[in-house]
Amino acid sequence: MIEQHLPLLVPITYLFSALVIPLVGLAGRRYAYPVALIASLLATFAAARGLSVALREGAMRYAFGGWAPPIGIEFVLDPLSSCMSVLLTGLTSLVLIHARRPVESEVSGKEIPFYSVTMLLMTGLTGIVLTGDLFNLFVFLEISSLAGYAIIAVGEKPAPVAAFRYLILGTIGATMYLIGLAFLYMLTGSLNMADLASIIPQLPLTPPLVVSFAMMVVGVGLKMALFPMHGWLPDAYTYAPSTSSALLAPLGTKVAAYVLLRVMFFVFQPSFGRDMLPVGDVLTYLAAGGILFGSILAIAQKELKRMLAFSSVSQIAYIALGIGFGSQLALTGAVLHIVNHAFMKAALFLVVGNMRLVVGHSRIDQFDDSLRRLMPWSMAAFTIAALSMVGIPPLAGFFSKWYLVLASIERSAWGIVAIILLTSLLSAVYFFRVLERVYLRPLQAIGGSGFESLARKEVTMSMLVPTLTLSGALFILGVFNTTIVTKVIHAMLPPAL
Amino acid sequence: MIEFIQGYYAYWAIVILMLIGLYGMLLKRNLVKKLIGMTVLQSSVILLFVASGTKWNGTVPILDVGRSVDDPALYINPLPHTLMLTAIVVGVATLGVAFALLISVYRRYQTLDEKTLLKQMQ
Repeated sequence: MIEQHLPLLVPITYLFSALVIPLVGLAGRRYAYPVALIASLLATFAAARGLSVALREGAMRYAFGGWAPPIGIEFVLDPLSSCMSVLLTGLTSLVLIHARRPVESEVSGKEIPFYSVTMLLMTGLTGIVLTGDLFNLFVFLEISSLAGYAIIAVGEKPAPVAAFRYLILGTIGATMYLIGLAFLYMLTGSLNMADLASIIPQLPLTPPLVVSFAMMVVGVGLKMALFPMHGWLPDAYTYAPSTSSALLAPLGTKVAAYVLLRVMFFVFQPSFGRDMLPVGDVLTYLAAGGILFGSILAIAQKELKRMLAFSSVSQIAYIALGIGFGSQLALTGAVLHIVNHAFMKAALFLVVGNMRLVVGHSRIDQFDDSLRRLMPWSMAAFTIAALSMVGIPPLAGFFSKWYLVLASIERSAWGIVAIILLTSLLSAVYFFRVLERVYLRPLQAIGGSGFESLARKEVTMSMLVPTLTLSGALFILGVFNTTIVTKVIHAMLPPAL
Repeated sequence: MIEFIQGYYAYWAIVILMLIGLYGMLLKRNLVKKLIGMTVLQSSVILLFVASGTKWNGTVPILDVGRSVDDPALYINPLPHTLMLTAIVVGVATLGVAFALLISVYRRYQTLDEKTLLKQMQ
C-alpha cells in the first residue's frame, strides 16, 4: 500500500519535519534536534526501501494528483535517483547524529531555524534527484540553494558576505538553466524528462537546441562549482558552521553533478554532447584545469577547512571529467566518485567539526602532536579519509580514480592520465602536510605542560560514531567495490551509450 | 540583417534586459545594485517565457461560446505563464533571502561596497 508512494516519501518527510520543527520548538528549543534526526532516519529508511524496489523491479513512477505525464508532474525512482537519494539521506542522518553539539556551540540560540532550514535543504536536494520534470527540478534547485545560503550565513563573521556571493552566482546559474529550459520548451512543448528523451532525437540540430543544451550545462556547472566557475565555493565552505559545511560539501555540489548527468545522458541522448557538439571535450578540458588548479591552491591554504574546500573544487572536477568522457568506464568512475567523495568529504568535515569543538580552531600551522594525544580516534578517521582522498588502495578513493584513469587510457588521452596521477601526488602533498604536523611535529607547548601530561579530550560518542562510521565505510566501499559497481552502478548508467 | 530584427523585437528587448542584468550582477561594486541586476535578469527570463507563449488573436484558454473550441490557434498556451508564476515566487524568495543577508552584512561591516568588504575580510 505505502510501497506505491515510495518516491514521494523521502522529500515529503523532510518537508513535513521542516514545518513541524518550528511548532515543537514552541515547547522548547531542545525538541528541534530529535525531530530533525527522526525525520532524517525515516527518510533514510524510505530511500533504502526505494533503492531495493528500484533495483529489483526497475523504475517506479509516481504521477502527482493522478495527472498522467507528460501533462502532469511525476517523480521517478530509477536506480540512479534512488541511489542518490540513499546517499543523500544516509549521509544526512550521520551528519545530524554528529550535529547536536557542534550546532549548540556554533549557532547557539538559533537551533530551531537551523534544523528547520536544514530539512528544507534536504527537501530540495532529494526533490532534485527524484523529480522527473525539468521545471520542477529548477524549483527544487532553488529551494535547496536558498536553504543553503541561509545555513552558510549563520557561520563566522564573513559568512553572510560569502553567502551573498554564492547567492549572486547561484542565481545566475539557475537563471541560465531556466533560459535553456525556455528554449527547450519552445522547441518541444514538453518538460517531462522521459517525454523529452523521446522527442529530442527527432529534432534537427538547430541553434535553439544548441543554445538550450549549452545554457543548461553552464547553469548546472555554476551550481556544481566546476572550474572556472568555482569562485563562490571556498569562502562559502570556509565560513559556514561545521555542520553546514559537512552537509553542503559532500552533498550540494554532488547533486548538481547528478543534474548534469541527468541532462546530458538521460534527457538529451548521450551522443548529443559527445558527437554532435564538443561539449564533452570542453567539460574534459575544464575538468583537467580544475583538477590541477584545486590541488595546487589546496597546498597553499593555511586553514584546514579552506584546504578541504579547494580540494572539493578538484574532486568535483574528477566527476566532471568522467561525465565529459561519457563512456561506460568514465561514467562508472564519475558515479562511483560521487559516492566515494561524498563519504570522504563528509568524514573530513566532521573531523574538522570535532577539532573546532575540542581545540577551538583548525589552522594548519598550529597543529602539532598534541592533537593525536587529545583526539586519537578523530585523527585516525581523518587519516583514513585523507589516504582515501590521495587514492591508496584498498580505500574507496583509489577505485573511482582507477576507473577514470582506465577511461582516459581507453580514449588515449595521455595528458589526462598524467594529470590524474600528478594530482594524486599533489593531494598527497597537501594531506601529508597536515598528517605530518599531527603525528610528527613535537608539541609546541607554552607553560611547560608536556606531551605525557595531556589528558585525552576526545569528543563524545554521538560525534565520534558518525565520524568513524564514515571512515570505516571507505574500507567497505573500497573492498566491495566490484560488487557495488556490477550490482548498483551499472544499473544506474544510461541504457544507450 | 533586417529580417533578423523584424518580428523579433520582443526577443531583442529581452536580450538587452538580460545583458543589463548580467552587467549589474557582475560588474557593479555596490551589493544592492547587484541585486537590482539580479531582478532585471530574472524579469528578462520571465518575459522570455511569456513572450514565447503569446499568439496574435489568441485569448485566455477559457471556454468561450463565441469562439470555436477546436482551433488551438485561437487560444494561448497557459503553461508558460503558470511556470512563470512559480519563477516569480522563486525570484521573490531569493530577493528576500538576499536582503536578509545584506542586512546582516551591513550590521557586521557597516558597508555594502564589495571592494571594501573583501579588504576587510582578509
